[in-house]
Formats: sequence, structure tokens, C-alpha cells
Amino acid sequence: MLKTFPKGGIHPSENKITSAKPIKRLPLPKVVYVPISQHIGIPAEIVVDRKDKVEIGQVIAKSGGYVSSNIHSPVAGTVTKLDKIVDTRGYKKQCIVIRSDVKNESNFQENEYPLKEEISLQQEEILKRISEYGIVGLGGATFPSHVKLQVKKDKLLDCLIVNGVECEPFLTADHRLMLEKGKEILVGIRILMYALQIDRAIIGIENNKKDAIDLFRSLTSGASGIQIAALQVKYPQGGEKQLIRALLKREVPKNGLPMDVGVVVHNVGTVFAIYQAIQHNRPLMERVVTVTGKKLNDPSNFWVKIGTPVKDLLDAVGGVPEDTRKIVSGGPMMGKALKNTDVPVTKGTSGILVISEDEASRGEPKNCIRCGECVDVCPMGLEPHLLMNLSEKGMYEKAIEEDILTCIECGSCSYVCPSHRPLLDYIRFGKSIGKQLESNK
Amino acid sequence: MSDQTIIVSSSPHVHSERTSEKLMYDVVIALLPVFLVSLYVFGINALIATFTAIISCLLFEYLIQKFLLKTKTTITDGSALITGILLAFNLPAGIPVWMIVVGSLVAIGIGKLSFGGLGFNIFNPALVGRVFLLVSFPVQMTLWPVPIENNTTLVDAVTGATTLGLIKEGVQFGQSMSEISTQIPSTADMFMGLTSGSIGEMSALALLIGGIFLIGRKVISWHIPVTVLATMAVVTGVFWMADPEYYANPLIHVLSGGAILGAFYMATDLVTSPVTKKGMVIFAIGIGVITVVIRLFGSYPEGISFAILIMNAFVPLINRYFKPRRFGSRIKAKIV
Amino acid sequence: MTESILNSAILLTLLGIVSALILYVVSKKFYVYENPLISEVEDLLPAANCAGCGFPGCRSFAEKLVNTDDISDLFCPVGGNEVMKLVSDALGKEVAEKDPTVAVVRCQGSCDVRPKTTEYQGPRSCAISALIYSGETDCQYGCLGDGDCVVACKFDAMYMDETTGLPVVITDKCTSCGMCVDACPRDIIEMRPKHKRDLKIFVGCLNEEKGGIAKRACSVACIGCSKCLDVCPKEAIVIENNLAYIDPAYCTLCRKCVPVCPTHSIIETNFPPRKEKKAEAKATAKVESIKPQNDA
Repeated sequence: MLKTFPKGGIHPSENKITSAKPIKRLPLPKVVYVPISQHIGIPAEIVVDRKDKVEIGQVIAKSGGYVSSNIHSPVAGTVTKLDKIVDTRGYKKQCIVIRSDVKNESNFQENEYPLKEEISLQQEEILKRISEYGIVGLGGATFPSHVKLQVKKDKLLDCLIVNGVECEPFLTADHRLMLEKGKEILVGIRILMYALQIDRAIIGIENNKKDAIDLFRSLTSGASGIQIAALQVKYPQGGEKQLIRALLKREVPKNGLPMDVGVVVHNVGTVFAIYQAIQHNRPLMERVVTVTGKKLNDPSNFWVKIGTPVKDLLDAVGGVPEDTRKIVSGGPMMGKALKNTDVPVTKGTSGILVISEDEASRGEPKNCIRCGECVDVCPMGLEPHLLMNLSEKGMYEKAIEEDILTCIECGSCSYVCPSHRPLLDYIRFGKSIGKQLESNK
Repeated sequence: MSDQTIIVSSSPHVHSERTSEKLMYDVVIALLPVFLVSLYVFGINALIATFTAIISCLLFEYLIQKFLLKTKTTITDGSALITGILLAFNLPAGIPVWMIVVGSLVAIGIGKLSFGGLGFNIFNPALVGRVFLLVSFPVQMTLWPVPIENNTTLVDAVTGATTLGLIKEGVQFGQSMSEISTQIPSTADMFMGLTSGSIGEMSALALLIGGIFLIGRKVISWHIPVTVLATMAVVTGVFWMADPEYYANPLIHVLSGGAILGAFYMATDLVTSPVTKKGMVIFAIGIGVITVVIRLFGSYPEGISFAILIMNAFVPLINRYFKPRRFGSRIKAKIV
Repeated sequence: MTESILNSAILLTLLGIVSALILYVVSKKFYVYENPLISEVEDLLPAANCAGCGFPGCRSFAEKLVNTDDISDLFCPVGGNEVMKLVSDALGKEVAEKDPTVAVVRCQGSCDVRPKTTEYQGPRSCAISALIYSGETDCQYGCLGDGDCVVACKFDAMYMDETTGLPVVITDKCTSCGMCVDACPRDIIEMRPKHKRDLKIFVGCLNEEKGGIAKRACSVACIGCSKCLDVCPKEAIVIENNLAYIDPAYCTLCRKCVPVCPTHSIIETNFPPRKEKKAEAKATAKVESIKPQNDA
């Protein structure tokens, strides 16, 4: 029996069409648009000005507070302006526009560094560098990593979980990264184990990535402390709480953090970024992005510089097909539909999904037939049909009592609803109002 | 990119293949074997009754929505079709056609649309129609034709009592169970469907085939039907063991009357049953107990229709108190 | 026969008497003293229960009016000065006097001037769609067109114009309760003074983009060119973030700013048509080509 979380979850068709495609490097973008708010928390503060020359990896925006992160220039070049660029929701957000210098060699340096295994930094230095080098959670939530590593005195940590689940259909960025940078990721895990002073780590990988499981098993054979766990394929297993439940049978308490059950969870992408930062002095400036879609000519995985416009990525896979009706940043379950392709890749962009006409439209919503399917699949044990009703009727206080705020917005309820009801739309709305009400208290 | 504009919507951007229509039509498919058995047993009468009920249910739904409520008609969603079939299956073959039409009007008009249509009704519409007919026309509603193999002629003349009716009568006349058991059909006949009763409650075998199909297709979960039948078996079993000469054995109770039809097709109606598994079990235990109480102590020989309707009324309450366990509500942090 | 009729009659009478006694005792026992003034004041209020005053209903507003000494910052927008005068007389407290206001929609982005670039699928509610993304057009400041304001209006004073896709305020019915202002996630609706004959001049745009970008998204967008600023004799116009705003406190409704606006984003309502002057003919022709949105 493979491990998994017990309550809820769905299994949409996996569609991992790019899982056998090695990660390619995208050509240097002429211009990058680096938003100053790529992470959860306070936006960074711009520290460069127009016409400034910037080096690759130079800090261009400084962390704006504790829950915030530095932002580094992904290219060497010149700041052309401080402008606004649309974010994934279509709202204009502050960004730094940098024209890359085609003559500067550092822009073309292959980032293939030799594997460096021994850890030379001290514990505090590691934590400091993770915070300074702009590392945020690359799984999609973009939570600044150094905050996760600041363990409060009264919390006992005993396990590091490395999230290689990638339960979203279509996306293969983490899968490819694990296959190609397995050794580096293991070094990264050891760095984190050293920094957190714990001696146990588990890499959780869903069973549809057997090659990655085998690779890690062969790499860690004989080594102690690092376990590889094959998991049953089930969405949303990549959710932090679900993953901890699946691997350790521990349940993160309501309104609690993984730390409360002695666990820290990091995505494999984040672990690799930490390896790069600690061992090779490279801040987070690029990430793996899967550009995929059933009708694309050449769906691929790319190393992409932060700030590269999405349209560059789409051009690199041979353009979008004629009948494209939806372009999603992220996976099909939790990604955001883009309004236009000027949107830059940020630290949280794990994939670009192109959906064609026949699958883009939502079904016509009908009456709820109270089949209870949404209740069955909710991994958080909520009642989505009830929460939708309460949000629709404006009964936000009642919705809070029904734990609307613990919803992880995985979308399983909307996915299964046979009446095509926009459950998550309303729940998200109710949640946003609920959060306001809670913060006003 | 095409000339049409890009679609923007909230996640998720994919959807499962299941739709409410498909669920409804799965139920219709599941009811086909039962229908075939009823055709074999009751001949043309079963056909007439079923089609009258279906057509009048669809027609009333269309007319009421079009002219009275002035909303979009929903007759293609399959729910009125199921109401029609289930209504017919709960009637004796050979009931006057006009009564079926009246039953359909009550089922659709009062049972369903007066509450706001599909999804808002509290009671199972087919049962509302059936119970209305049962209390309004008790004579015609209990005129059970005796099954005649390959019967194609009208069978008005040959009528008999159902198994449960015979038991009830016998008990009232002070007969003991061993005396009664000579009059009632064998359990094998009851299982195969060679007994008298409503159109759709004849063959336990056919009902089980459809029921298992529905469970396999995940249209219904096993919780309600299994719990209803198990509760009935346990409760009647207790009485039977206390006095086997006065109470019928559990097997007769489970196989006779509409127990299986009710447990698999009526109690599991998505709209009028609880949403959580815990709630479903409570709901089903209630149905089982009430059915047995009516059968053993009530004036009607059969009580599952009433039992389901009574428990339907409790569904909002059950949904309120039997909630799924919230993730993280167990405050037990295990740290090794 | 007669006996049973008599019995039932006696029984029912007794039942009635007992019930009446119970009711009487209970109403005495659980009587709660309440200031009679509250009911009196409540009767003066419009009974719209719209919450435009900031209280859940007319009754709780009346309670507040009676129970607080200084009521000068309390105002019933629906009843206006007349009702507040009555309240003042009844309670003997000073009340504030306010100019009557009316809701205006500060967006002219109809389908033909502000092309839709995307199609939204989801619940038709401004609050929800604003949460998900920036609207079907390229303007992230303008009306979303899902009609939350119309739903919020309890006086039937708003409707969605089918052709423009924008909400319209029926000025005569508008009680300036402010529900639409709260309902709009974009703050498009503003309460502006209702002058004589409902004359109004205001900037029908909230786009803070630079001129070119704003103009590309919507042809009647304010581009922040400050031409209106230059002609305004009373300095009633401020330009901030590439957007002009006419301060109603200073505006004298001279209408000089309207013809100079190159994008026709300044709206004037209910003014008599301008006299044809040769010098102004050119500008006027332009002005008349746009119909004010809010004169319905």
C-alpha cells in the first residue's frame, strides 16, 4: 500500500506530457520585467534607479520587512525604467524593467556548476544567506523560506519533508529538476538538515514519477537520515498539510503551522535554489517552468530567468495554436488564467498551460443536487456546498464558524461538482471577506 | 490565437467528466432490469403504467415551468424522468391511468417544483406522489394483480394480497407464522420476483443488479442501502427470535415489499439524503427502524415509503449535526 | 348531540380565557421599559431600513438619536434635511444640515469605447470578479459591469443599461443612502451634491494610467492632460495620478472645463443646450456628440 492522506482528494487525468523532456535553457530575454512583489508578504523596496547598470545577481529590490524577500537582477544590463506590469490577475503592479546587455558574458554563463558536496558555512551563515539570497517557496505559494527556517525556541523539530509530489496535472518542472539535479538536491537537503539541526528527512514523491523515486533511492542507498517515500497519486497531495498527513500521519492543527507538529516542508525547487545559494553563491534568479498544453507543437521544460514575459516562453514552444482560448499560469487545478501574455515569470511560476477551445469553457452552473461529492473530496473536511451558499448569501460570520478560512483552495470541489457550480469562486470570495472580518476583530 | 477573446476564469481549469445528467441517466439504466422483469410479470399493464407516469411527469414539469413559474424548463436533466419511473414502480399494475396522472401531478407539482425545483425539494417527489395516491385511493392502490407468466391480457380480475399483506391479515386473525407461511410465496420466488406487489418491487434480483451497477458507477454509495437492509434485518430478527410464531423471519421482511427498491433507489435520492457518510448511516438506520415499526405495529402492511418520507424531513437536521471531521481538529501533536 | 356541541363550546371558551390569561401575565411579567421617544422618532424616519445612516435599520438609528446628546454627526440621507428637522424638533437637539446628494457613476466605458479583451466566466458579481482579475477590458479602474450596485440598491434607483453595459442611476429615485458606493469594489460611484435641477459636472473616469495607456484601453478615459485645470476659474479641479477630479465644494458649474476635454471624459448633466456661438461651434459640436450617461 502506498502512502497517502486519508480524507478527500481527486485524481484528474495526469497529462504529464513533458515528463521525458530535458530542461532546456531559454534564450536570453531582451528585456526582463521584474515585479517587486513576487512573494507572499510585504513587497520589496526598489534600490536601483533608471539608467543604473546592474550586474547579474545584484540586489535590485530590498526586502521590505520580516515576511519579505530580496529581489536580484536576473540579468546583467541597464535599468530602463521603473514601470508597471500586469500581474497574473491583470492588475498593474510595480516592476523594474531591465534591458539585458548582450555583450556581457555573465549573461551567457552556463549555470552548470560542478557538484560541491562539502558544506563550509556555519549554521547562522546558512540561514542568513537563504534570507539574503531571495529564496522563497518555489512550489507556488512563494512564502519566504527564511521565515520557515526560523524555528521558535519552544518548537521541537524532528523531520524535514522535501516536497517532490507535483500533484498538479501537466506540470513536470519538479520532476525534471529531480531527475537532472538529484545529487544537488540531496546536498541541499543536507544543508537544510544541518541548518535546522535535525537528522531525519523524507522526500515525498508520487508514484507516477518512478524514475525519480529510483534515482533518489540509488543515490541515498547506504546514506542514513534521508528516506524516499513513494506516494499514491492523488491531488492535492502536494499541499503541505496533506503531505505531512500522508508521510507522518501527523495532522497540522487548525490555524497551525507544520512547525507545530515538528515538521518543516520545502519544495524540491526551493531545496535546489538553497543549494545554489549556499554552495555557488547564486541568488534566486531563475527557475524551471513547464510550458505545456495538449495542442502545443513542442511542450517543454525550461530554465527561465525571473521577469521573462510569458509570450517569450510561448514563442519558444512554437507559438500558441489557433484555437487557444485560455492561458494559465500554473497548473490546471490552482493556476490563474492570464489576461494577456505580457505577464512576466515570477518566482512562483511553475508552469504555463495552454488550453484550447474545447476544454476552456466552464459548464453552465445548475442547481445543487446535494450529492455530497464536494464534501467527499474536500481534503480539509469542509462542506463546500454549504460554504458557497453562505458566501453567496453574505453570511460570512457563519461561514467562518464553518471553517471557511481553513480552505486551501485546491479546487477539488469545483472539479467534481456534477452541476458545474462555481464552488471555489464563492468560497474564495467568502474567505477574503472572512479574513477582513477576522483582522478587524 | 483565434479571433475570439481569451477566457478568464477562476481555477480549477479542468473538470471531471461527471455531470448531473449523467448521474440521472445512470439511474435510469440501473432501473432497466427491474422494468424488464415487470414486463415479464405484469405484461402490458406495467408498460402502460410506466409510460403514463414518465410522460405525465415530463409534461407537468414542462407545463408548470413554462406557464406557471415562467422559468427555463429542465425536463432534459433526467430528474423528472426518474420521478416518473419510480412513481410507476411503486404502483400496482393495472391501476387506472388517470390516477397515475394525478400522482404525477402531485409528485412533480407539490413534491418538487413547489419547493423550487431540482435540488430544493425536501421529500422524494416520487414518494410524495405515491403516498398521496395511497391515502387517497387505498382500494385501488392495494389491488395487487397476481403475476401470470407471459401475461399479455389485462389482469384486473385476478388480484391477491402481497406477502406482507398476507402476514398482516394472518396475524390479525390470530394465525401463527407457520400457518401463514403456507400461504405466502417461497423466498426463492420472492427473490426472483414471482409474487404480487408494485410494478417495481417484484424481483429482488433485478433490483440488486441495478443497485450494484449504481454503486459501481459511484452514483450512490453503499452506506444507505446496506444500512437500511441491515437495520431491518436486525430489528425484525430480534422480534423473530423472541417469538417466531408471531413475527415473520428477517429474510421475508428484507425480500418483501418495497424494501430493496426503497433502500437502493428511493432512500438514496441524492437531493433528499444527507451529504456525509455518517449522516447517511443515521438516516438509513432511521428508515430501517421506522419501516419495521410500521410493518409490525402499524395499520399498513408496508411502511418504507412513509419511513423514507419521515427521514427525509430529518435530513437538514442530520446535515447540520453530522458534519465531516475537519482537518486539523484533532489536537494531538505526535512528536517522536 | 346538543350536549357535545355545548361541551365543545364550553371547552373552547375556557381554552380562550386561559390563553388570554397566560398572555396577559406574560406580557406584564416580561414587560421591558422603552423610551416612548424612540418609537416616536422611528415614525418620523422614512422606514426604508437601508442602513444608509450607518445603523442596521431605522429603529436602531432612532435609538441612537434618542440616546446620544450630540446628534450633529448623525444624518438620515434618505429623509434628508426635512426629516432631520422633524427629528430635531421632536428631540430638541441640534442637527446638521447637509446638501442633498445623489449617486453618480464615474465611468463611461461602454462596450464601444472600451473594447473587451477577455471573456470572464464565473459568478456574475463585481466583488467576486474583482477578486479574481481586473475585468474584461484593459482598464483596471473602470466598471466591471456585473451590477453589484444595482443589486445593492433597495430603492430601484439603478439599472444596468443593456447597450452600454454600465449601471444608470435614476436620479429621482436615488435617496443617496450610499449602499451602491459600498457595493462597488472599484469605488466608481460617488455621492455628489444634487444642485438645482440636478445639474452636475464630474469626471467620468477613474483611470490612473498614463495618457496613452488609458486612451488605448478606453477612448473616453481621462488622460490627465490638465487642460481642464487651466480653464477652471475656481481652482476646483485637481489632477493626481494622471486623473482629474472636480471638487464639488468649489465647482460653480460654469461648464468651461467640459468642451476643452479632448477625450470627453467630463460629464455634464441636465444643462440646457449651449447657445451656438461661432467661436465655440467647433467645440460644442464635439460635446453634443456624446450623450451624458446619467440623465435617465
